Amino acid sequence: MAIPGLSNGGGEVRTLHQFHGGVHPLINKTQSNGTPIMVVKLPSKLVIAMNQHAGNSAKPCVEVGQRVLKGQAIGLPEGRVSSAVHASTSGTVTAIDHQVVAHPSGLPDICVTIVPDGLDEWAERDGVDYQTTSHSELRHILRKAGVVGLGGAVYPSDMKLDAHKHKIKTLVLNGAECEPYITCDDLLMRERALEILRGAEILRELLQAEEVLIGIEDNKPEAIAAMRAAVAAEQHVAMEVIAVPTVYPGGGAKQLIRVLTGIEVAAGVRSTELGVQCFNVATAYCAYRAIAHGEPLLSRIVTVTGNVERPQNFEVLIGTPVNELMALAGNKSDTKGLIMGGPMMGVDLPDETVGVTKAMNCVIASSPALFPPPAPALPCIRCTRCADVCPAELQPQDLFWFAKAKNFGKAQEFHLFDCIECGACAYVCPSNIPLVQYYRFAKNEIWDRENETKAAELARERHEYRQFRIEREKQEKADRLAQKEKAAMAAKQVAAEVSAMTAGNPEASGDDTLQLRIDAAVERAKQQAAEIKPANTEQLTAAQQADIAEIEARRAKIRELAHPDAKERDE
Amino acid sequence: MLTPPFITKPTSVSQIMLHVMLALIPAIALYVWFYGPAILISLTLASVSALATEALMLKLRNRPLAPFLKDNSALLTAWLLALSIPPLAPWWLVVVGTIFAISISKHLYGGLGNNPFNPAMIGYAALIISFPVHMTHWLTPHGLGEISLTFSDQINYIFSGLLPPNITLDAITMATPLDTLKTQLHLDHPVKEILATMPIHGRLAGQGSEMVALGFLLGGIYLLWARIITWHLPLVYLGTLFGIAEVFHLADPQHFVGPLFHLFSGAAMIGAFFILTDPVTSPTTHKGKIIFAVGAGLLTFLIRTFGGFPDGMAFATLLMNLCVPLIDAYSQPKVFGQKGKSK
Repeated sequence: MAIPGLSNGGGEVRTLHQFHGGVHPLINKTQSNGTPIMVVKLPSKLVIAMNQHAGNSAKPCVEVGQRVLKGQAIGLPEGRVSSAVHASTSGTVTAIDHQVVAHPSGLPDICVTIVPDGLDEWAERDGVDYQTTSHSELRHILRKAGVVGLGGAVYPSDMKLDAHKHKIKTLVLNGAECEPYITCDDLLMRERALEILRGAEILRELLQAEEVLIGIEDNKPEAIAAMRAAVAAEQHVAMEVIAVPTVYPGGGAKQLIRVLTGIEVAAGVRSTELGVQCFNVATAYCAYRAIAHGEPLLSRIVTVTGNVERPQNFEVLIGTPVNELMALAGNKSDTKGLIMGGPMMGVDLPDETVGVTKAMNCVIASSPALFPPPAPALPCIRCTRCADVCPAELQPQDLFWFAKAKNFGKAQEFHLFDCIECGACAYVCPSNIPLVQYYRFAKNEIWDRENETKAAELARERHEYRQFRIEREKQEKADRLAQKEKAAMAAKQVAAEVSAMTAGNPEASGDDTLQLRIDAAVERAKQQAAEIKPANTEQLTAAQQADIAEIEARRAKIRELAHPDAKERDE
Repeated sequence: MLTPPFITKPTSVSQIMLHVMLALIPAIALYVWFYGPAILISLTLASVSALATEALMLKLRNRPLAPFLKDNSALLTAWLLALSIPPLAPWWLVVVGTIFAISISKHLYGGLGNNPFNPAMIGYAALIISFPVHMTHWLTPHGLGEISLTFSDQINYIFSGLLPPNITLDAITMATPLDTLKTQLHLDHPVKEILATMPIHGRLAGQGSEMVALGFLLGGIYLLWARIITWHLPLVYLGTLFGIAEVFHLADPQHFVGPLFHLFSGAAMIGAFFILTDPVTSPTTHKGKIIFAVGAGLLTFLIRTFGGFPDGMAFATLLMNLCVPLIDAYSQPKVFGQKGKSK
């Protein structure tokens, strides 16, 4: 079904598309979107995790006791998919150790602790003009500036900007913000629309995209108005702000792309292959700051809401302890636990003292009154309310059944890995089944098993190759011996013939004929020797050769699996 | 620890079941209006036996009692079964049927959500096979028979099997329209003549029973409106039954009764909206639901017309229940991003 959308004054009415399912939970955004963004002053310390992004952790490049400046890199990207991490203010590094980080596992990870000196002294920074800078240089700046996707996936942005492989038609800017409670993008769009659009223009240039579609859910009229005004003011052509219907998870990249362009990006397919790339509005903002002002990603907007006195959005330095942030919002005494992210897909923060990360768009103070514990789960009654709301058009009730029965093959056959874990199924389940946990469990089990099989396969191949090598060496040795023997035999034969000829009748035969016959004998011996050429691979049987080819092919595949990006890097 | 999502829609299994039970009220009210309050006794008996059986089975299976007794599913089964058997049946008939439905067809298969067959229909099938005579004592609607029983007479008969002096069972019960039709057709009477001479025949089907069917239809519309059920099962089922009956009726009106008679007789209406739509025992995909409903519609017609039983709803349901895993397996829809691509 298509919904006529609003056009950008161009006369042409854009047709919006709908994705299957979705839910309408209470949006609970008005608590925090009424006040402007408050810039948080320096905290007592900064605990900056080295793993703030998708891919490899950054590698610390400072020492304990070292003074660092604001914007100075304290962690460098490691490997291809990785990003840099910076000191959010000037100060002294007091520790580089494992601390609890903002991850549901609660496992400690490498963090750099900085005690601010209060000077907030910037390291050297220089903006560039994106129009006169090469694309690879711009990507390099983004990587160095630690710009990652701020919509939640924190995927390094430079990785998403390679325009060479596929022609990109549409750049989708995601300002949908469909999760209840979260308003950080809403406020950012209201207050800093111009900078977002300039960032979008840089991203568009890098992708060589024809158009920029900015999708914002229609429950944010102020943000839509601000962005439209900015588009008009900057006279951006081929840039359009589109109000999309409010339905969760309409802010999922795949869902928003579907709504705006009608394109469905299947699981395992990159949207760029279909000519679309998607960035969050906050990412565009940070890209602009990084390119135009040389400012690394040092802070982000965080919505603090829920069971607090003053729900509000804060601009917070990365690494700020969450409890100091909560104090600013007036955490109520009956708060029990904090949720990072929204109530649909968020995670329980393991500790209140963790540092703010680039992924932390929202902290909700939880209380039993706000989020009552669910009633005990009942068996599935196959009512398929979950299937009705699943945006991936899966059959969640079947996936649940297979996950519960540990029938992982069947679960995969029923597209388990197409699940985006949006939680819409669990939200509507009348039996209160924690469906998403079942899917995560099944996915983890499958990954574990695949890794195990891969390891076993590798070990088996190593063993097989060793066996083959030993066999080959044996064969080579035998060949060499045989060849020696044959050569010796041939020499003997020549000597015998020569001696027979000379011993026979030297007078009658004459010198000429004798010499001729000797030559012929030597030639024969040479030929015989040539026939038993030293054998290596050429002498193998067809079956052996086939074996080798198969093993080589397998080894090549393993190399590819071990270094999946080797090929791309080579290009 | 809480796990996401931290919020849920305030729906529950017990609420869904309660909605379905509420949707039965119009039909029950009409039932009482036309046949007297005997049905209320059956409903009560069935409810009590269902809850007792449920509790006992949960205890035997070491399951918590409270959440399952509160889920209303046993009560709903009880009501559906009570509405399927003659209200004047002896008290033990409804009790035995309910116990069988809850214990054998529900709990022995794993309880709520795991039963492959509709429990109420299993209970009905067990009764009609074991006690066929008792299952034919349908009450004559008010105003049709010479005598009607008072409420106390009805209670008395249900529990003791004794009627007031000088009243015979034949005087207060009557074969159902479907039954009469079947018997008369066997005697080679044409349909038109049968309907004309059938004293019970009303506007569409049987007097009284057609109104009760209308009550089920009303309840069904409520369920559709409240989004408890989707249109697929009831609409396709009734459509199929109507269609095939119409085809046969047009081809040979002497031997095949019209489609409206089919829709408003027997268990067609309660089946369409309340039996087939049991989520546990019906397919999960839209396409599967359509296949299931077509099958059930055809089977209902075939059993009614050519089979040994006057009504075919229960057996049609059970036979199609049997096919659900197969239907589900072969009716999987394409997922997001896979449409327009061959598998």
